[in-house]
Amino acid sequence: MSRDIWLIFRRDLSLSMRNPAWIMIGIMQPVLYLVLFGPLMERVVSNTPGFPPGSSWTILTPALIIQLALFGSSFSGFGLLAEFRSGVLERLRVTPASRVALLLGKVLNNALQTVLQAILIIVLAFLVFDLDAPFGGIVLSLVIVGLTSTALASASYALALTIRNEQAFPALLNAVLMPVLLLSGILLPITTGLAPDWLYAISRINPFTHIVDAERASFRGDVTMDALFTGCVVLVVLTSVTVFWGARTFRRENA
Amino acid sequence: MITARGLARRFTARGRTVDAVKGVDLDVAEGELVGFLGPNGAGKTTTLRMLTTLLRPTSGEATVGGCDLLQDPVGVRRHIGYVAQGGGTAPECRVHEEIELQGRLYGLSKADSIRRGAELTEQLDLAGLDQRLTKTLSGGQRRRLDIALGLIHAPRLVFFDEPTTGLDPQSRANLWEHIRDLRAEHGVTLFLTTHYLDEADSLCDRILVIDNGEIVAEGSPDSLKASVSGDRVVVGVAEDSASAAAEAAGRLEGAHEVTVTGEGVRFRVPRGDTAMPELLRALDAAGIPMLSMQVQRPTLDDVFLTMTGRSLRDAEAAPAGEAAHVA
Repeated sequence: MSRDIWLIFRRDLSLSMRNPAWIMIGIMQPVLYLVLFGPLMERVVSNTPGFPPGSSWTILTPALIIQLALFGSSFSGFGLLAEFRSGVLERLRVTPASRVALLLGKVLNNALQTVLQAILIIVLAFLVFDLDAPFGGIVLSLVIVGLTSTALASASYALALTIRNEQAFPALLNAVLMPVLLLSGILLPITTGLAPDWLYAISRINPFTHIVDAERASFRGDVTMDALFTGCVVLVVLTSVTVFWGARTFRRENA
Repeated sequence: MITARGLARRFTARGRTVDAVKGVDLDVAEGELVGFLGPNGAGKTTTLRMLTTLLRPTSGEATVGGCDLLQDPVGVRRHIGYVAQGGGTAPECRVHEEIELQGRLYGLSKADSIRRGAELTEQLDLAGLDQRLTKTLSGGQRRRLDIALGLIHAPRLVFFDEPTTGLDPQSRANLWEHIRDLRAEHGVTLFLTTHYLDEADSLCDRILVIDNGEIVAEGSPDSLKASVSGDRVVVGVAEDSASAAAEAAGRLEGAHEVTVTGEGVRFRVPRGDTAMPELLRALDAAGIPMLSMQVQRPTLDDVFLTMTGRSLRDAEAAPAGEAAHVA
């Protein structure tokens, strides 16, 4: 099983490394937010009560990293649809290789790519802007983003194989991702101090709100139960459920 | 190598059920080259996907390559090679990468995988293409690469789904040679589907004719053709003597389906070759000059027509919704 995962991971990795430009294109959006939106936040944060603790960069950078995972990994099912159409998936499914390994090898590559992109963004925020975060917190935040990417990629593969339609798939994703993005407080944190009660209440239903909160806490170096606990529990549950969903879809006899 | 009993598959989509395959029984012995012939939508691909563990049968049981299809699908996968209808190579991958990955997924070591790949590329005229991206290969080359991938673990049983569909005539003939070699030189058992009569005719020892999810005929190409009653004979005579000629033809032993057409007479007779001189003498005696003659051995299309009342080509024209459930 682990051998099969490794083989599929290596194949997908070498395919994505064949076009490293995509990795750069993938981080364009968060980089633009960092450069063109971040400076605006600096004064807003210092003059407005209600923001979480920390400088504007320790609030924005971790959130942009989750946004990166959110948009980067959710569309990975698109590549699977191409493999489905070209018969590659079927060819792999008729080998004795574990079908769950076919999923996990791919997901691992998505997670690795997201973590690499996240590192690039953090380095940029450190060098160009005033990001100040403890090393341990950064490492923890990378684990969080890696798991987030794992969860999203698994769900994306499962969804793609279930609806099997190149038009419906991105349309559905966009419809889901937009409210998820707004409700997770990525650009402006949804706190009790900033948001009306109803908006705050809705945002708490969104699992990504808790993940963004945990990511921000680890950037602050705040490893207390309170700040990290909810986000980590949500993340572990989300990852388990989506990987299970993906595995079940890959194992299904007529996938 | 293959034993299947009552293999059936029902698809349900939006409250509508389609019985794509309705209880197929089949036996394939070691070393046989068996063809599955039928129009698009007849259930060929569905049956093949069930036998190769890609689709779970709704009912029925089967043993493939010595392993139980339902109890031990991984065992089945280990023992069979499968070459899918549309192929299965990633356009952005290099030929050697695809071959190596495939070998390793079948449990070969890297070195074995490379060695076996070199053997196969040599054997399938793919030598020197190692570094090419698969999207730059010609249709025939890509098809042969698909075959190389299906053979990487030296399976004793190989399934081909429509092996030559979409190939030009030269590549088709070339591929037929390779398929024949597989059996002749390596003793591989082959099971292929096709909707080409000439392909089934020239390649297969035994043909199963499938229509609407059921096997309607089975036998060697020759015995199937013999089951159609006789050769088709067309004789050209002047229009005013056509009915007299038809009368003469009707007197031949075993002649039937005698019809008068604008250009002459057509009928069926068990042995067209021996009936012709007799007819020629009879027409001569009656003073009817014969303008042309044609004797046609029965084709598999005639078999299909006899079995189903439709010509294979007509059946092609009205596909029965397989596209919907193949996906």
